[in-house]
Amino acid sequence: MNVKFINPFLDGTISVLKTMAFVEPQAGKPFLKKDNSARGDISAIIGLTGDAIGSLALSFSEGAIIKIVSNMLGEDIQDINRDIKDAVGEITNMVSGVARKHLEAEGLNIIAAIPTVVSGKDHSILHVLGGPSVIIPFTIVEGSFVVDVCLGEPT
Amino acid sequence: MDKDIKILIVDDFATMRKVVRNLLKQSGYENVVEAEDGVTAMRILKTQKIDFVISDWNMPNMSGIELLKAVRGDADINKTPFLMVTAEALQDNVVAAVKAGVSNYIVKPFTAEVLNEKIQKIMEKM
Repeated sequence: MNVKFINPFLDGTISVLKTMAFVEPQAGKPFLKKDNSARGDISAIIGLTGDAIGSLALSFSEGAIIKIVSNMLGEDIQDINRDIKDAVGEITNMVSGVARKHLEAEGLNIIAAIPTVVSGKDHSILHVLGGPSVIIPFTIVEGSFVVDVCLGEPT
Repeated sequence: MDKDIKILIVDDFATMRKVVRNLLKQSGYENVVEAEDGVTAMRILKTQKIDFVISDWNMPNMSGIELLKAVRGDADINKTPFLMVTAEALQDNVVAAVKAGVSNYIVKPFTAEVLNEKIQKIMEKM
C-alpha cells in the first residue's frame, strides 16, 4: 500500500479523538497485517471508493473505547453498550472524513460508505481488497486501539 | 448572548445527539430537544418554539439538506437558524447547503468552543 495513504488516517485519528474525546493517543510504529483477525474487542469498518478503493477499520480494546466514549458523552460508562457501538461507527466515520479531506488536498477524491460495527472477542475484519492491511497502533492510558487500513488505487 | 435559546438537535445516531448535547452543555446551553430524523424534526418545529436547529447531513428517510429545504419552504418556521453538521466539507455539498439557505455549517470533529462560536455568529445576525 502506498505510504501516502497512511498519514491522513494517522492524523485523522489523533484529531478526532483529541477534539471529541479529549484524549491524546500515542501512535506506535505501523506494521503490515496479513490475517483477518481484529486487534481489538470492538471494531467498525467502512468501505471507500473513488480515486482509491479499499476499507478503513478502527478496532478498540474495551478499556480504550470505554474511556473514549465516556469522555465524548460526559457519562461514566461501565461496559460495551449501545452507545459504545454507535460511537465506534461515528468515530470511524469522522476519521474517514478527516482523512479523505487530507487526501482530497492531494487530488484524490474518495467516497465513504456507511460504517459497520462488529464486536466480541476474536472477531474478524474483512477488508474490501482482501488484504494485507497496514496497522497503525495507538495507546492511551486505559488501553490500546488500532487503525487498520487497506487501500489501493483502482485498476 | 441568551444561553436559554431552545435548540433542536437532529441526528439519527442517539450517541451523536448525546455528544452534541454534551458540547452544548459545556457552553451553557441546556434548553435542548432532540429528533432522530427529519420528519420528527419538522413535527417538533411545527409544534414547539425552536430558536435554533443543529442537524446532521447524513440521515436516512429525510437528509439534513432535505430538512433544510422543508424548513425554508415553510412560512411558519423559515427564519429558524439552521446549522448543518457534516463529516466532510465537500465543495458540492457546501454549495448545495448555501443555495438551500443554510445559516452555517460545521465539520466533525468540533469542540464546544467552535460550536458555541458558530451559534453566536448566527444568532448575532438575527
